[in-house]
Amino acid sequence: MKKFSYIITDSVGIHARPAGILVKLASQYSSEITISCGEKTADAKKLFSVMGIGAVSGSEVTVSANGPDEDEAIDKLMDYFHSSL
Amino acid sequence: MEIYCGKSVYNGIAIGKIHLLSEPSSAVSRLRINDVPAEIVRFQEAKTEASHQLSDLYEKTVREVGQANAAIFEIHAMMLEDADYITSIENIIRTQSVNAEYAVSVTGDNFSKMFLTMDDEYMQARSADVRDISDRIIRILLGVSVSDNPDEPSIILADDLAPSRTVQLDKKLALSFVTVHGSSNSHTAILARTLNIPSIIGCKIEITPELNGRIAIADGHSGRLIIDPDDETLGQMNRRRLEDENNRRMLGELKGKPTVTSDGRLIRLYANIGSDGDLASVFRNDAEGIGLFRSEFIYLGRNSYPSEEEQFSIYKKVAETMAGKPVIIRTLDIGADKKADYFQLGHEENPAMGFRAIRICLSHPEVFRTQLRAIFRAGAYGSISVMYPMITSLGEIRRIKEITDEVKAELRAENIEYADIPQGIMIETPAAAIISDILADEVDFFSIGTNDLTQYTLAADRQNDKIDGFYEPHHPAVLRLIERTVKNAHKSGIWCGICGELGADTKMTETFIRMGIDELSVAPSAVLPVRLAVRKACAGYEGAK
Repeated sequence: MKKFSYIITDSVGIHARPAGILVKLASQYSSEITISCGEKTADAKKLFSVMGIGAVSGSEVTVSANGPDEDEAIDKLMDYFHSSL
Repeated sequence: MEIYCGKSVYNGIAIGKIHLLSEPSSAVSRLRINDVPAEIVRFQEAKTEASHQLSDLYEKTVREVGQANAAIFEIHAMMLEDADYITSIENIIRTQSVNAEYAVSVTGDNFSKMFLTMDDEYMQARSADVRDISDRIIRILLGVSVSDNPDEPSIILADDLAPSRTVQLDKKLALSFVTVHGSSNSHTAILARTLNIPSIIGCKIEITPELNGRIAIADGHSGRLIIDPDDETLGQMNRRRLEDENNRRMLGELKGKPTVTSDGRLIRLYANIGSDGDLASVFRNDAEGIGLFRSEFIYLGRNSYPSEEEQFSIYKKVAETMAGKPVIIRTLDIGADKKADYFQLGHEENPAMGFRAIRICLSHPEVFRTQLRAIFRAGAYGSISVMYPMITSLGEIRRIKEITDEVKAELRAENIEYADIPQGIMIETPAAAIISDILADEVDFFSIGTNDLTQYTLAADRQNDKIDGFYEPHHPAVLRLIERTVKNAHKSGIWCGICGELGADTKMTETFIRMGIDELSVAPSAVLPVRLAVRKACAGYEGAK
């Protein structure tokens, strides 16, 4: 399993549109991917689930991937978080 | 070609596709089904269709107003693909053997509740998006149009139009309103006149989903709805429409010209508005002021009384926008057909003659005071007057004046800026018209509300379409009351206007001017036609005095 943590800097947090892009991105991999924020954990391939963790600006999220393509998934997701969130 | 007859409430011709306004989808019923797999396929097909609609909407919006405004449709499309959402719907269909509409409705409710309970305001607002996509699927399943707003300018066809529906409609997309029910004095009719669009009510047509999207002509001259017109009719109607446009152009040339009779008497020509949103049409039609600002919209469609600050900012905005032109604000006229739940008015057998307007204000002085404070304060920002509705006695005016004196004293004591604005009354009950000589000594102006004056004088409920024939504003009894009111106003040296629908009846313009009327306040769309009628009219000796 691979994972990384990131502090959200986008002023509205993981709002609907980035959540949608995140879900699209995560869905390209067969690994199981989750996002956690505080006590909440979401399946990164499900939009409402990702939106439901309520990751606002300044909160720390942890993304983990578990499966055959976990390395690539984590790399791409990390890129996305750093560039857009 | 099919022709359906109704009654025209606004002249003109509209040609376009029919946009069927369906009942809101909240009324989804739970039905048992036998074929579960088929029901799941039904849902999946509806979802696919919803996703097509959303990508069309997305592209259209990007083209017309840009990427930023279109993002919402992209998000809706993503929500539609959410695995939990889809699983929940399919599970409900499978485990309960129920119809897809019900499963979507329940799932939509659950997910939107989830967003509502989140701490973040942005996320709370997403609950509306979940409802929106669920509504879209449900409407596709039911075979009804997806949005109240058509994709292109259309003829809006509905059983009836509730004021709450029409406020949400994008008015630029409404070519015409055609309703099966409604009377000529209903909200739909008033809205049509305000928006300047040909409209038909009482149209004898059976509404079926297949009407949606068919080409039709709404002929506001004859009150007919023509569906799938033949080429000859289409040609004829197009020519007629061009004539109408020429007329409108001619009226356009009257903008900026004075409203003066052929023998030199100036008439004040103002507009009636129902909300601050109507200000644009006041300017577009070159009205010289606002003769009736209905303040009810501030109170309707909400759950609690509007605050003084909220009201003040609206009145101030209108006063400032009109930049010194007169603005006459009518205090709360609620009751009868227009009510808000938080007023707890209860049911009445005969609301038109019941607890409404000034009667409510005087028995709930705290509500009245809040509005008066806001109006008097806004008076410092423009040329505002206040006008009281439904007056029947001298005692009411005296009581109002006690309250306004107290309100002004309070504002002075609190060192809050206000203006000592003119106060007038509506003459809309036969009682007020008959004792107008007495009332005129107590107020600064009269404005005759012909709609109510007609219904009370002739004992004809204007909400009842069975007795439209009895509701006759040209009845000599009504005209005599108007004439008497004008004469009595002038005897006391105050001015008198008309702000009811009759004021816009150009066949009556000269009659009113000869009676001596000083002001006419009409729907914005009627301003220029009335100006034309005034300029053709002759005031004569009596009217010139």
